Order: sequence, then structure tokens, then C-alpha cells
Amino acid sequence: MSALLTISGLTKSFGGLRVTDDLSLSIEECTTHAVIGPNGAGKTTLISQLSGQLRPDAGQIIYADEDITRLDMAGRVHRGLARSFQITTLLPGFSALENVALAVQARRGSSFRFFRAARAEKALNDAALACLEEVGLAAQANRLASELSHGEKRQLELAVALATGPRLLLLDEPLAGTGHDEAEALIALLGRLKSRLTLVLIEHDMAAVFALADQVSVLVNGRLIASGPPARVRSDPAVRAAYLGEEEADPCCASRV
Amino acid sequence: MSIAKGAAPLVILGLTLLPPLASAAGDPFLTVIATRMVIFALAALSLDLILGFGAMVSFGHAAYLGIGAYAVAVLGGMGVTDLGLQMLAAALAATLFALPTGAISLRTRGVYFIMITLAFGQMAYFVFVSFSALGGDDGMALKGYSTLLGLPVLASGTGLFYVSLALLTLALIGLDRITRSRFGRVLRGCRENSLRMQAVGFRPFPFQLTAYVVAAAICSVAGVLLANQALFVSPAYMSWQRSGELIVMVVLGGAGNLIGAVLGALAIVGLEEGLARFSHHWRLGFGLILVLVALYSPGGITGMIRRILPAGRPG
Ligand SMILES: Nc1ncnc2c1ncn2[C@@H]1O[C@H](COP(=O)(O)OP(=O)(O)O)[C@@H](O)[C@H]1O
Ligand SMILES: [Mg+2]
Repeated sequence: MSALLTISGLTKSFGGLRVTDDLSLSIEECTTHAVIGPNGAGKTTLISQLSGQLRPDAGQIIYADEDITRLDMAGRVHRGLARSFQITTLLPGFSALENVALAVQARRGSSFRFFRAARAEKALNDAALACLEEVGLAAQANRLASELSHGEKRQLELAVALATGPRLLLLDEPLAGTGHDEAEALIALLGRLKSRLTLVLIEHDMAAVFALADQVSVLVNGRLIASGPPARVRSDPAVRAAYLGEEEADPCCASRV
Repeated sequence: MSIAKGAAPLVILGLTLLPPLASAAGDPFLTVIATRMVIFALAALSLDLILGFGAMVSFGHAAYLGIGAYAVAVLGGMGVTDLGLQMLAAALAATLFALPTGAISLRTRGVYFIMITLAFGQMAYFVFVSFSALGGDDGMALKGYSTLLGLPVLASGTGLFYVSLALLTLALIGLDRITRSRFGRVLRGCRENSLRMQAVGFRPFPFQLTAYVVAAAICSVAGVLLANQALFVSPAYMSWQRSGELIVMVVLGGAGNLIGAVLGALAIVGLEEGLARFSHHWRLGFGLILVLVALYSPGGITGMIRRILPAGRPG
């Protein structure tokens, strides 16, 4: 197996704060790689650099044997590297279906078409509806994104990411703020995606992480303190001290580990 | 959109009836005002494409009115009076100015975009002020009206009105299609959330620049008509106050709503002419009305109508 994504020496600072600190990591194709760590560890910043939203100060990102360090977000999406956002990022005035249909439109034919009504393009709508069905949101297809519940917005966020036709999907806390049933459904969905996509999963729900991940990396203060198979990471003393230990002090979270 | 769909034919039909009504009322000046309304509706409509659908608040849009007007002066001076050719030249000149200035302006966002488009608008203004061959600051009178297929159609007030109305109708239909097309959907998406659009694989810049250029070209056609109405061109066509007025028309009508821009233009030109008849201090009353609309009707005129008539969801 060769790595689909290889990060080496990635570094990013905000002012004097080093948020990504000489980070190197390699992710195999068709594996699920969880990145865990406390709030403010730099997980979202890492995803933003991988997706092209932020430029790293130093280091290199190799994706599918290509150096994409300086490639913009759209270029990466067209190569199959897509992300979802921790903070819901949708088109509030568009219906759920159109939010997804736009992602389909981005990769099917030119968007410099000026006359035909886009909303009536059946091929786009059908593909979009299939994505909504996959996340269990088909019944809400015609509602405005702004009118959806928080949990439904999280589902839509995922449907949009899927509609870009990704090969590697970067998921930034997809379960954040969802209710118990919604979370269960999303975890089941991620389990299905796992077999056909490469996933980088940032998640605080430890039950989900250890159920889904083939590899786990632990990020603390922008630095990787451990990386490897879940069982090994879970028993790593440095990890227990720095991260999981904190949660065990909290009976609610400990029970989920 | 449902209100726009129903309202647009009504508005156009109502406008069609204006000249006969004006002559029945025995006041031909009403046709002059109506023509002015229609021409500014065309200009406001073009601004709505970028301001309303693209969230690009251009404060220099009147430059394209001026470019269109001067195209008539320059071509007319060379003996080319054909309206089609003049419109083509105007649109070409507008494109040539809009491409580089739009590309530079689009590097900025928000207030900076407003400031830089204002700066480019003023630049165009001062270029024509210093152009003595074109009358400089004082402007210049045109030798005659543009011709349509060799006929002096625009020489009559009614002829100019109906040609303007036909062009407005065309622009309304064309822009309605464009804003619903794939292109328009990307433009609207970038207005709502640029980051989201990039995250599904779009680069907003080429879409926004294309809209900027299309809006400029359409506005230049309004300039061609305006020059024909006044038989006179001057840099005043492209003053920043004029650009501001165009913004007010779009916002008053309800940005992002095509028929709203038309209604906004009708209302502003109507108010200007109406209030000017009553008092020299008409701008005061004008300002008051704007403040009231801003306070009580966030969606502008179309927002007001939408609240009065139960209509479908916009979009
Ligand atoms: N754009 C920014 N400017 C300045 N500081 C930032 C910015 N984005 C994130 N940070 C800081 O970087 C650190 C890491 O943030 P983030 O990557 O969001 O962490 P995580 O996702 O692991 O919770 C935090 O201390 C945060 O305040
Ligand atoms: Mg985060």
C-alpha cells in the first residue's frame, strides 16, 4: 500500500502561537485516520491547511503523488480532496437540494452556461438527491438550509462533501452538536463510507473514534504526541496523561471510551 | 421569484400604456419622464446583477452610462449613427474598461470594493473632464439622433420610449434567465458564502468578473439611450452621485430582485421629477422617503409588496 496523503514538516503560526508544529503524517488509501486532541490543539487548523483554505508557513503536502502545498481549495476538490466544516458552512438561502446540486454541478460540465434554468437540471438534482438519501435527509430536500435543525445542517454538510465525489474526505467534527439518534445514524453512515473512501476524522466522541478508526493520531499544542492503531494509542502513557486521562476524570466521557 | 414572475409583465404592460396616456392627458413631458424612468431602470437592472445577485457593491457603475453616452457622441461625430453599431461600440468600450478595473476591484472585499470602484469611476469621470476634443467639463451637444435601420425612429419622443422599453424588456428576460442558469446559481452561491463555494470546487473570481463585465455592457446601452434623450453628453453622466443614485434604486427596489430594480428606478426618477415640481428642496423630501423605506421595509419596494400580498417564498 502506498500513502494517499503525506504531510511532512507542516508548520503554521498565528502571531506567536504555533498551531501546527513540524507535523509529519502519512495516510494510507482506504483507511480511516482519526485525529483527536483537546480543544485548541490545532485540529481544525490542520484540516484547513490540508484543504487549501490556509497556507502553511513551512512543510509539504503530497496528495496522490502530487505536491499540492500551493494548490487552491478548488483545485484540491477537483482532485478528490474534500472537507466538511466544524462550523456549519452552507448556503442559507438555498434549499438543501440546491446546496448539494451545486457541488454536483461543480464537477459535471461547465458552469459558464447562461440560459437553461439550473434548478431544472434533472441529472444534477438526481445525483444530489442520492447524496441526501445517503445521509438520511431526502425528506427535507426542498427546505431552505437556514430552516433546518442543527442536526439536519450537520447531515447536509456531509451530503455536500459527498457530492463533490471525494477520494479523501476530511471531516471536522461531523457529530458535533447532533442528538443521540442523529449521531448514531451518522456513525453508521461513516461506517459505510469507510469501505470506499479514505477518511480523516476529527471527532471528540471517543466511542465513534474507536469504532471507526484504523489509525489514531493525537494532537496536543500543534504537535503529534502519538500515532498508530487505536489499541496502541489508547494504552500509550503519554496519551493517557495528556488527553484521555482528562476524560477519564469526567465520568460521562470515560464511560464512552 | 414568484412575485417577480407575476409583476414583470404587469410593469412592462403598464409602461407600454404610458405614451398614449400622456398624450391623452395632453402632457407630452410625461413621455419624457417615462423614457427617463425606463432608461434608468435598464441601468439599475444591470447594477442589480452584480450588487443584488453577486453582492458586489459597485460605486462606480455610472461610468458605464457615460461610456455609452460618449460612444454615441464619438461615433455620431464620425458619421456612424446606426443604433446597433453604437450599442455594440458602447458595449465593447464598457467591456474594455470593466475587464481590468473589475479584475483589480475583485481583489478586494466589502468596503474596499466600494472604495476602489468609486475610485475607478472617478478616474473615468476625470478622463472625460480633461478630454477637450469631447467638450471637456462642459460636455458637447450631439449632431443628431441615432438611427434604427436608417430610420430616425429615436427622433420622436414616443419612438425613443418604445425602443428603450424594448431594450429594457430584453434585458429583463435575459437577466432573469442568466440569474437562474448554472452561471447565475454560482454567482448567487458566492454571494451567500464564498468559502462554501470554494469548498465544493468553484473559483468565484471568473464568475464575478464575467457578471461585472456583463453589467457594464448592459449599463452602457442605457448610456446610449440617455445621450439620445438629451442630445447632449457630459462627464456629469458618470458622477459619483449618479452611481450612488443607481445603488439607491437597486436597494430601494429590493436588491437581488430584477423587477425590484426596475420599480426602484421608476420610483426614484418619479420622485425626483415629482418632488422637483413642488419644491427646490426636493432632495430633503427624497431623503426622508428613503429613510422611511430603509426603516420600515428591509426588502425595499418588493419586500413591501410581498408583505402586503401573500406570495410564495423568494429565491
Ligand atoms: N485565524 C486564526 N487566527 C488566530 N488564531 C487562530 C486562528 N484560528 C485558530 N486560531 C488559534 O489556533 C489554536 C488552534 O485552533 P483550532 O485549529 O481551531 O483548534 P481545534 O480545532 O483543535 O480546537 C487555537 O488557540 C485558536 O485560538
Ligand atoms: Mg476545531
